[in-house]
This record gives sequence, C-alpha cells and structure tokens, in this order.
Amino acid sequence: MDFDFTPEEEAFRAEVQAFIQAHIPKSGTAEEIQAWQKAVREKRWVGFSWPEEVGGGGGGIAQQVILKDEMAKARAPALGSCFMGLAWVGPALTEYGTDEQKQTFIPDILDGKVQWCTGYSEPDSGSDLASLKCKCVRDGDTYIVNGQKIWTSIAMWSQWIILLVRTSGDGSKHDGITCLLVPMDSEGITVRPIKNMSGGAVFAEVFFDDVRVPVENRLGEEGQGWKVTVSALAHERSSIAEVQGLQRSLAELKDLARSCKKNGRSAAEDPGIRGRIARADARIEAMRLNGMRYLTAQLRGEKLGSETSVNKLHRAELEVEIGELALEIQGSRGPLAKGADEVPADGKWQRMALSWPEVVIGGGTPNIQRNIIAERILGLPKDL
Amino acid sequence: MNFGFTDEQEFLRSEVRKLLDEKAPLDDVRRVSEAESGPGYDTDLWKEIAELGWTGLVIPEAHGGAGLGWVDLVVVLEETGRSLFPAPLVATTLAADAIVRTGSETQRARFLPGLADGSVIGTVALAEEEDTPGEAGIQLSAQRSGEGVVLSGEKLFVQNAAAADIFVVAFRREGELALAVVEKAQDGVSAEDWPGIDLTKRLGRLRLENVEVAAEAILEGGDSAAVGMLFDVGATAIAAEAIGAAEAALALTTAYAKERIQFGRAIGTFQGVKHPLAEMYVDVESFKSLTYYAAWCIDEGHADRSLAASRAKAYASEAIPRIGIDTVQLHGGIGYTWEYDAHLFLKRAKWVRPFFGDADHHYERVAALGGL
Ligand SMILES: Cc1cc2nc3c(=O)[nH]c(=O)nc-3n(C[C@H](O)[C@H](O)[C@H](O)COP(=O)(O)OP(=O)(O)OC[C@H]3O[C@@H](n4cnc5c(N)ncnc54)[C@H](O)[C@@H]3O)c2cc1C
Ligand SMILES: Cc1cc2nc3c(=O)[nH]c(=O)nc-3n(C[C@H](O)[C@H](O)[C@H](O)COP(=O)(O)OP(=O)(O)OC[C@H]3O[C@@H](n4cnc5c(N)ncnc54)[C@H](O)[C@@H]3O)c2cc1C
Repeated sequence: MDFDFTPEEEAFRAEVQAFIQAHIPKSGTAEEIQAWQKAVREKRWVGFSWPEEVGGGGGGIAQQVILKDEMAKARAPALGSCFMGLAWVGPALTEYGTDEQKQTFIPDILDGKVQWCTGYSEPDSGSDLASLKCKCVRDGDTYIVNGQKIWTSIAMWSQWIILLVRTSGDGSKHDGITCLLVPMDSEGITVRPIKNMSGGAVFAEVFFDDVRVPVENRLGEEGQGWKVTVSALAHERSSIAEVQGLQRSLAELKDLARSCKKNGRSAAEDPGIRGRIARADARIEAMRLNGMRYLTAQLRGEKLGSETSVNKLHRAELEVEIGELALEIQGSRGPLAKGADEVPADGKWQRMALSWPEVVIGGGTPNIQRNIIAERILGLPKDL
Repeated sequence: MNFGFTDEQEFLRSEVRKLLDEKAPLDDVRRVSEAESGPGYDTDLWKEIAELGWTGLVIPEAHGGAGLGWVDLVVVLEETGRSLFPAPLVATTLAADAIVRTGSETQRARFLPGLADGSVIGTVALAEEEDTPGEAGIQLSAQRSGEGVVLSGEKLFVQNAAAADIFVVAFRREGELALAVVEKAQDGVSAEDWPGIDLTKRLGRLRLENVEVAAEAILEGGDSAAVGMLFDVGATAIAAEAIGAAEAALALTTAYAKERIQFGRAIGTFQGVKHPLAEMYVDVESFKSLTYYAAWCIDEGHADRSLAASRAKAYASEAIPRIGIDTVQLHGGIGYTWEYDAHLFLKRAKWVRPFFGDADHHYERVAALGGL
C-alpha cells in the first residue's frame, strides 16, 4: 500500500502546476478565459484521457486524477467549455461513432466550438429511463421524431442534442431505444426554459414536432441506444475533483462557524455543530479514499462497476448536509438571501442550500443508487 | 499511488481465512465463548495461531516476530473480526506494539519473544473510573520508590484482563505520562473479567495494590506521545476488526434476504430490506477506506495518523450499531433467537462502539485536529 505517486507522476504534477501558474486567468475577463481554454487545448488536456487518434491526450488514469486534482485545487476554469460534449458525447462517439462522425463532431467538442445537451429524461421517464416514449419512425434516409424531453440542461444554449428515442416497441424496453445526434436548430424543435427553485433557469423542456434527422446522424446501431448510453455514463472515471470541491466547502464552513455566534458564543465552539462538521469531514475523507481504492483497482486492470454509487450517495448526503449546516450556523440570518444587509458571504450559502438537487437528483436519485448497490453489488433480486 | 494490498498480503488473508473457517466456525466460537469457566478462548488454537506468526505480526524478527506492519495486521484483524474469533489477539498485539515502540533494547529482548510465541498473553491497561479515552483519562499516579515506582489503583475496561500475563499500564509520574510493564505474578496484582454482552470479547479490571515497579519495567520511551500513539493504534485495531464483523453481518443478512420468501417473493426484492443493506455496504466500504489509510499512516509515521485514526473510529463507531440492529431486524423473528447467529454481530457492535473512544469522542477530535 502506498499513497505516494511515482516520480513520473509527480513530474507530471509539477508540469500541471507550472502550467496553471503561467496561464490561470487572474482577473477573469472573457479574453483571459478564452486564452486559458486555448492554452489548455494546445496542451491536449481537454479530453485528456481520450485516444490520441480522435484528438485527445491519450493520458493515463493516474495522470488524469492528478490533472483534475491540481485544477480543482487552483480553482482553475473547467478543462474545455463543452461540458456535456466532454462528459458523454465524446466518449460515446469514441466508442460507437463512425469515422466520419468522429471527424465531424469530436474536434468541435474539444475546441469548445459547440455546446451539446442531453435529451434523455421525459415527463414520464425519469428514474425509469428505459420506459422513454419519444417516438421515432424511419422514412427512407431520415428519421422523423415526435415527442418531448424534459430537464434538458442548457438546452437553450446548445447547438446539438444527444437524443434517446424509441424506434421499436417490441421486445424488452431496453431494446427499442436508438441514439441520435440532432442539431438544435432543426425545424420542429421548440425549447421552453424551466425556472428552478433557486431562481435560475438552467434546464428546459424540449418539444419535437416532425423533426427530420438524417440516418447518418444515428450513433450506434438502431435499437442499441441503451448500450451507447450506459457505456457513455460509465466513462466518468474519477471523482477526485468533486472531493476537492467538498473539501473547499468544508474549509469555508469552518470559517463560517468561527465568524458566527450561536447561543452567545462562537458557533465553532458549539459541540453539536463541531460534531456535525467533523462527521462531514470524515465522509469527505472516506470519499477521497474510496476513490483512491477504485483508482487502484482500475490501474490493476479491473473494470470499475457500480462502486461509484457509493460516492454518489455520500456526495448527495454531503451537499444537503453542508448547505443545511451553513444556514443553521447563521441562525436567523439563514433564511435571508443575496442582497439582504445581514446575509453572510453575499448569500453564497443560501445558493448552495438551494442548489443541491443538481447533484442529488441529476444523474440518478439516492434511491436509485441504493437499488444499484443492492442489485449489482450485493446481488439482491431486482426491484419490480 | 497504490491503495491496495500486495500479493503477499492477499496470501496472508487467504491463509488466515482458511484456518478460521476450518477451526473457528461460529458454532465453535459459541461453544468456547459461552463456556461458564475457562479463559473464553481456545488455548490450543491460540498456540497454533502463535506458531503461524499471528501473535508476533508487528514484532521485529530479531525478537521472534514476523516484522510486518499495521497494514498487514489489518488484513489479519479483518478476518478475525469476520469470524468473531475469540482470542486475546488484539490485546496481546497492542501490548507488543507498545513495547516495540517504547521499550529499550533490553526491555524488548525481555518481553517480546514470549508475546511473539504466544506463551505470554499481554494486554494494555489504560482507562480508569472516569472512562475518558485519550491521554487526559490517565490519572493513576505513581509514588517514587528508589529508581522505580509504586502503583496503587485500578484500571478498567482492560481487554482479556483475567487471561493476561503482562499488562502495559499507563500512569503519571510527577504529572508526566509513563508506561510500565506489570506482571500478573507480581505481589499486589489481581485481575478479573466481567460478564459482557459480547461473549467473544472479554473485558475486566486490573487491581494494583502497592505494586512495586522496578526501573527496568518502566518503558524507556513511554511518554505522552507514546500513550497517544497507543490510543491511535488501539482505535485502528478495533475499527479493523469491525470491518470484518460488519462484512460478515452484511453477507449473512444479504443471503437471508435472497432466500426468505414473504408475500410470494424474496424479501430482498423489497426496498425496505434492500436499502438498509445498500447503506450497510456504503458504510463498511467507507470506514474500511478510512481504516486502511490510518494503518498506512501508522506504518509510515505520517503526520495524518491521529486524524486518520479518529476519522476511522468515529465512522465505524457510528455505523456499527446501525449495522448490528439492521442485521437482527431484517431477519425478523429468527434474528431474535439465541440459536441463530444474527445477534452475535449486534453484540460485537455494542463492544466496538465505545471501545477506544466512541463516535462523539472521535468526531470532537477530528474537529479539534482539523483546526476547529
Ligand atoms: C439539475 C438537473 C439537471 C438535469 N439535467 C438533465 C439533462 O441534461 N438531461 C436529461 O435527460 N435529464 C436531466 N435531468 C433529469 C434527471 O436525470 C431526472 O430528474 C432524474 O433521473 C429523476 O427522474 P424524475 O425527475 O423523473 O424523478 P422520478 O423518477 O419521478 O422520481 C421521483 C422520486 O421517486 C423516487 N423513485 C423513482 N423510482 C424509484 C424506485 N424504483 N425506487 C425507489 N424510489 C424511486 C426517486 O428516487 C425520486 O425521489 C436533470 C435533473 C436535474 C435535477
Ligand atoms: C418477541 C416476539 C414475540 C412474538 N410473539 C408472537 C406470538 O405470540 N404469536 C405469534 O403468532 N407470533 C409472534 N411473533 C412473531 C412475529 O409476529 C413475527 O416475527 C413478525 O410478524 C415478523 O415475521 P417473520 O419473523 O417471519 O419475519 P419476515 O416476515 O420474514 O420478515 C423479515 C424481514 O423482512 C421484512 N419484510 C417482510 N416483508 C416485507 C415487505 N413486504 N416490505 C418490506 N419489508 C418486508 C421485515 O420487516 C423483516 O425485517 C413474535 C415475534 C417476536 C420477535
């Protein structure tokens, strides 16, 4: 057992640190951020773990962790500017795309020239994603799509959508699903933003009315869309950066506890608050170390399975708990919002206390993670 | 970066597992630990595991041990925990570890070979009436007597007190913490075990009445830091055994949930059964990672050691009672019977929770060490 990285890996870390020093945006202007994106791209650190032949960095798992870790520590802007493209579309294209599709789409994702959104969920298909109904029939060289998607993040700012549709109702519900790559300016697409509970509008409803999609825009075989999706979802390989974010929140939470009073003394002296902060601390550390164990397994060539649900559950609990703790520490100031005279940190904690659904619900709810652990790891019989 | 066990460690695990499966199945564990008289463990099996090197795992080879580290020990303790193996292994190992770290060369040569070959049972005597874990809880104060000291008082919650031949006793000398090896055979020393909930784990009292402790028995490096270390390694050892016990409880309950049919299907299809099992898994995996890291920190002399040990024991102490309770509860009525094994794990959980500091104690320590 050894928690130290190899000299080669440490050398890579030094290279990353030096790069960050030289290029990190200082004042945060648009030009600076663009220059950053360009520099990162030239380093091939966007799509770092993707194969070199599609324009990625061909990087190893350990290096990828180091890269994410250092970027998070320095609070550097994201690696690349097309989040959905990098998270799902690129990996799915790499595995299932035709050569032509790879050449058409991947460079633009890496260069951040296009934004992608993800059209999976429907009003009646959330956790039970495979029950999706968005209708798709073939007409010669085109597919015709009719139906609705919902909760589509950044749909209003995207040029493309990776879309799951139903091409067949026969067989198992997983069988008739097909994956399409669709331009958002196609005729018949309507986007209606949805305002979320923290007041922002980051996701939308997307309606499809006789939308025609060329057959060449199909990703993978007809009816194989579920496979494409599952494999794309499995590509997220490490959760180190998320831990860094939580570690930062924890440090800020401690500062907050020191600066707020509770029952006439510093909240940092309140045994209940201390205990709960420490409990969050132990869980964040457990996540970090769980991640290390999974990483080690991957480095040894084992395939990572459903273990990632363990950290997803921790993260869901922590996002809620840290937000709650922060407002509780603030006492009667807790329910105030940005702009109020007395609100600490310009309402940052209030925003956190209202934004947890992004990680808790998005990407599968806690109950679904528990089902995954129970069924795929413990081998319990399937839920009905 | 390599957060996994070596092939040698995996081999050690499978050897330990094989022996325990064969020689210490739960039926035997019950027979031995439930016996009205006797030391609470199988003395023949103790000799056998000593010959295999388990008792001297962290003792240097020069003193008859295997010269391995805490990461290796964790492998063994996970397996003894899984079997609820009743033996003074943790007690003896903690005594040995204290002597390895703080004894002079002469003291090591005197005490370690017997602990390594299993002929001497050791234990540590730390806690007192106030039941405060950590250095602050040690108030037993020594009277000077020539070069040595005289000890009078009581130590409580001593593991395997009745079986132990030697005790590593923590006390204060002119206010400063110190450690000494006290032998059962000395005048004024008496020890007894109390009845306990978990019959596989014996705890008791050490009485010291004007016990003369010669200078040679006062451990050379036994200062406050050494006592702090003893609490860290103790907490880590308890957490390591808890991993195995919790995994065994999870396996037992999962297997039951797959075969027990109610309402026409296996109860494992119901989320009211499935989700607590998933939570058990999340918790065990997580305090497992924390415990492995604590063991690594002990071996490496890493600055994170105390924080890592406290995180591990805090998490384990909080999770383990829930795991014990759910194990019994998810078994329904059968879980409440003496005949069935589920309750054995609940009882182990009761033992693990407070020992070497409960969740509140360790979370407070995590807060303090984390700068709060
Ligand atoms: C911020 C945010 C961004 C999102 N972005 C996208 C996106 O870009 N693209 C996209 O396609 N989707 C997106 N989603 C949708 C997201 O994937 C779904 O919201 C999620 O899968 C849950 O589905 P649902 O909302 O229909 O809830 P439901 O499935 O209706 O669930 C409601 C409740 O019932 C519980 N439940 C459901 N089934 C079970 C079961 N079998 N056992 C136990 N409990 C169960 C759930 O856990 C939940 O608590 C986003 C969601 C959020 C919150
Ligand atoms: C102290 C004691 C005294 C008793 N006295 C009597 C008595 O005098 N007379 C008598 O007739 N009986 C008596 N019982 C039996 C008692 O009624 C049953 O033990 C109880 O109904 C549970 O049934 P079971 O033991 O078969 O567990 P099971 O039904 O097998 O349940 C096992 C586990 O599965 C869970 N489970 C089962 N079905 C579901 C579901 N649909 N959804 C979610 N979870 C589920 C249960 O909650 C439990 O955790 C007694 C039991 C005890 C412990």
